[in-house]
Amino acid sequence: MKREFIKGNDAIAKAALLAGCTQYYGYPITPSSEIIHTVARVFPKAGASFVQAESELAAINMVYGAATTGQRIMTASSSPGISLKQEGVSYMASAELPCVVVDIMRAGPGLGNIWPEQSDYDQVVKGGGHGSYKTPVLAPNCPQEMCDHTILAFELADKYRTPVYVLADAYMGQVMEPVTFPSEVAKVEKKDWALYADKDSKHNLVTSIQMNTIEMEKVNIRLQKKYQEIVANEVRFEEYCMDDAEMALVSYGIASRISRSVVDELRETGLKVGLLRPITLYPFPTLRIQELSKRIKVFAAIELSNGQMVDDVKLAVNGACPVEYYGRMGGAVPTHEEVVSQVKGFYKLYLA
Amino acid sequence: MGKILQKPTGFYDKFVRKPGTYDQVTHYCPGCGHGRIHKLIAEAMQNLEIGDQTVFISPVGCSVFAYYYFDCGNIQSAHGRAPAVGTGVARSNPHAITISYQGDGDLGAIGTSEIIHAANRGERMTIIFVNNGIYGMTGGQMAPTTLPGQITSTTPYGRDAATTGLPMKMCEIISQLDAPVYVERTAVTDAKGIMKTKRAITKALKSQKEGYGFSFVEILSACPIGWKMSANDSIKRIEEEMIPYFPLKTFKDEIADRTPRPVVPVAPSQEDVLKALGHDQKEEILFKNDKKFIDDFTTQKVRIAGFGGQGVLMAGTTLGMLGMELGLDVTWLPSYGPEMRGGTANCHVVLSNKEVGSPVVESPNVLIAMNEPSLVEFEPSVTPGGLVIVNSSVVVGKCKRSDVTVLEIPMTEIADSCGLKAAANMASISAYLAFSKVIEKDQLVTLIKAKFKKKSLIEQNVAVIEAAYKYVSDHVRG
Ligand SMILES: Cc1ncc(C[n+]2csc(CCOP(=O)(O)OP(=O)(O)O)c2C)c(N)n1
Ligand code: SF4
Repeated sequence: MKREFIKGNDAIAKAALLAGCTQYYGYPITPSSEIIHTVARVFPKAGASFVQAESELAAINMVYGAATTGQRIMTASSSPGISLKQEGVSYMASAELPCVVVDIMRAGPGLGNIWPEQSDYDQVVKGGGHGSYKTPVLAPNCPQEMCDHTILAFELADKYRTPVYVLADAYMGQVMEPVTFPSEVAKVEKKDWALYADKDSKHNLVTSIQMNTIEMEKVNIRLQKKYQEIVANEVRFEEYCMDDAEMALVSYGIASRISRSVVDELRETGLKVGLLRPITLYPFPTLRIQELSKRIKVFAAIELSNGQMVDDVKLAVNGACPVEYYGRMGGAVPTHEEVVSQVKGFYKLYLA
Repeated sequence: MGKILQKPTGFYDKFVRKPGTYDQVTHYCPGCGHGRIHKLIAEAMQNLEIGDQTVFISPVGCSVFAYYYFDCGNIQSAHGRAPAVGTGVARSNPHAITISYQGDGDLGAIGTSEIIHAANRGERMTIIFVNNGIYGMTGGQMAPTTLPGQITSTTPYGRDAATTGLPMKMCEIISQLDAPVYVERTAVTDAKGIMKTKRAITKALKSQKEGYGFSFVEILSACPIGWKMSANDSIKRIEEEMIPYFPLKTFKDEIADRTPRPVVPVAPSQEDVLKALGHDQKEEILFKNDKKFIDDFTTQKVRIAGFGGQGVLMAGTTLGMLGMELGLDVTWLPSYGPEMRGGTANCHVVLSNKEVGSPVVESPNVLIAMNEPSLVEFEPSVTPGGLVIVNSSVVVGKCKRSDVTVLEIPMTEIADSCGLKAAANMASISAYLAFSKVIEKDQLVTLIKAKFKKKSLIEQNVAVIEAAYKYVSDHVRG
């Protein structure tokens, strides 16, 4: 175990090597660039490979090619770059190739700016590219989780043969905190579907095309089955002060850090507020929220977007109780006081 | 459907991947150049005995199903991205023979960026570029290589060079780059043309087998369906109309002048990884766990701001590291990106004995202002009763708040007097510790001695810390 005081972005790059990642393909973009900088510095030293691609589109297609070899492959970017990667992620989901994609979200739409937003939720959690596919999405809220989730993402990617996202915001990428790294490199098994450019594996085929509708439907059904399995096995979330809570905040990433402080303050004034933090955004903790909605009087999604995750909360609650939303956009991070006053307002409305 | 007589071993015996009952014939139209070119590749694979190590990338286009036929590793890729996919294959399996087979829409339009950059990097791969001057698969639209005046579904009045440009000459473009070793254009027309094409394909694959880099073989090829012509007329059209515009020749052959690249597999060992990460050394424990210190600690929310180059960010990381070593929960959040370009920098530091919520410090209880604009900007945000430490060597103006404690420390002068002007940041945190007593100065010194990267400057940094500490003790009544 090695402890470092380290940026979230740097922790991701280092954790990737410990996860057994052998290759990184990427294109620089703020606020994710420390990842590519650290990769460029440490990957070659470790005997792993790194290519600065000509675009995010090229990078994800390099990842596609490299992933066919059964090795652990990664790319990282930020929102505008993720828009470009969607083509490749859809192809990889269809061809069932594992990889890890990191998105350090910034403000949009368009070029927006480099400050934090969580407005890639829809394009990352809902599939994003064309076709009926999903990808597991992990949402770290501290550098330690940037490390742990990167390693977990590689495991899930191999286990389910799918691209997996680590979805974080600009502040998670930039913030430095203590991180304890594992002291061993994860073992990576040989895959029976991969192409090793040898006699034994040469009859393996990586493709996403099926001209026959029934055959293509079979591919789709297989994918949906896989997603059901993921939903059944991989939901992760964290609850804070939820035992006796009457109001539940729901938030992830930097918003969950603010929400936690807000819960602390409101608890001191006697308000029964708790926090549910989804750690996996896909699969979303739908069942848990459903369960909670039997006793919780109101949910409030706190997120840095126009209200994207709140849709999933509403789907889970399904009308059982009110669901409110508060968020800022444009890279503006809500202050502690702002959230306190909003949450108090909701509390008064439904619980006074 | 094109029938392939005498199957080379580069092909499957039976095309079982192909749907339907005809497992001996390809899916191509009669007279289509793709079928001929496939056969030449399969023969070359047989002759060079590379079937097992070859990874063939099918593009999007009429040859999307090339994997029905080739008895080797097969990948189907997105439209235009085959050279990027090939880059991934070649980098992961450096012993692989990677073939990127592409049409003119795939390579010359949607995938222009990928082909140029793969060529420029000299990736270990062979490009087979089938130039039929049209989009075959999607219904005969204009390709970047469509000839002027040629009628297609999207140039119903003939290609107008004034608005659509002239046909792109990819061999000419690729051969301008330094990295490719071999660039040639041939045509599948008569027996002679076919022989020449076979030689070019074999040469490219052989050079790859021997460890040379990037080869590019462009082949003028018939699309009787798209051109709405008979197979025979199509061959004539290649000879009479295409070849005059796309001259057949060797554009580049530097195989003899280059040295083959060794095959180095990507296989990082655990030892190499830990070493590269700097995780191979035993961890040094700097301070004994001091429960009382942690229990008694009051949360510190610090904002440090100044010019870029004053070490503002490092002052913050130093405080953070010190807190971590002492067992506190710590966060550090910097200003970043273009904001730094204006020459200012600032960071948020939180030290606490509880789990820190938001790392954003909106209302600091400590502000360290290393320059004037920082004081002006952040002074109003300091919590009442807080501490404002001003670098009086640089800041002329005064703090206007009467509800905070102000320390004016000539940080830059103190640092300069110790021979290291750049260490004003160390003076700032030393002054902070000297006044607030939240952490002992000697612990800061211990940290610097153990963790400071530039070993030659440790002594001077420590001197600055001592001098600033003394300055506060001498000049400020605690
Ligand atoms: C992103 C995307 N855009 C468009 C298409 C549709 N499309 C398929 S093949 C093709 C052109 C193929 O032409 P070419 O590369 O010349 O190959 P040919 O069919 O002539 O062999 C196009 C436009 C696609 N599959 N994907
Ligand atoms: S449309 Fe043209 S390129 Fe496609 S198979 Fe037919 S002849 Fe060949």
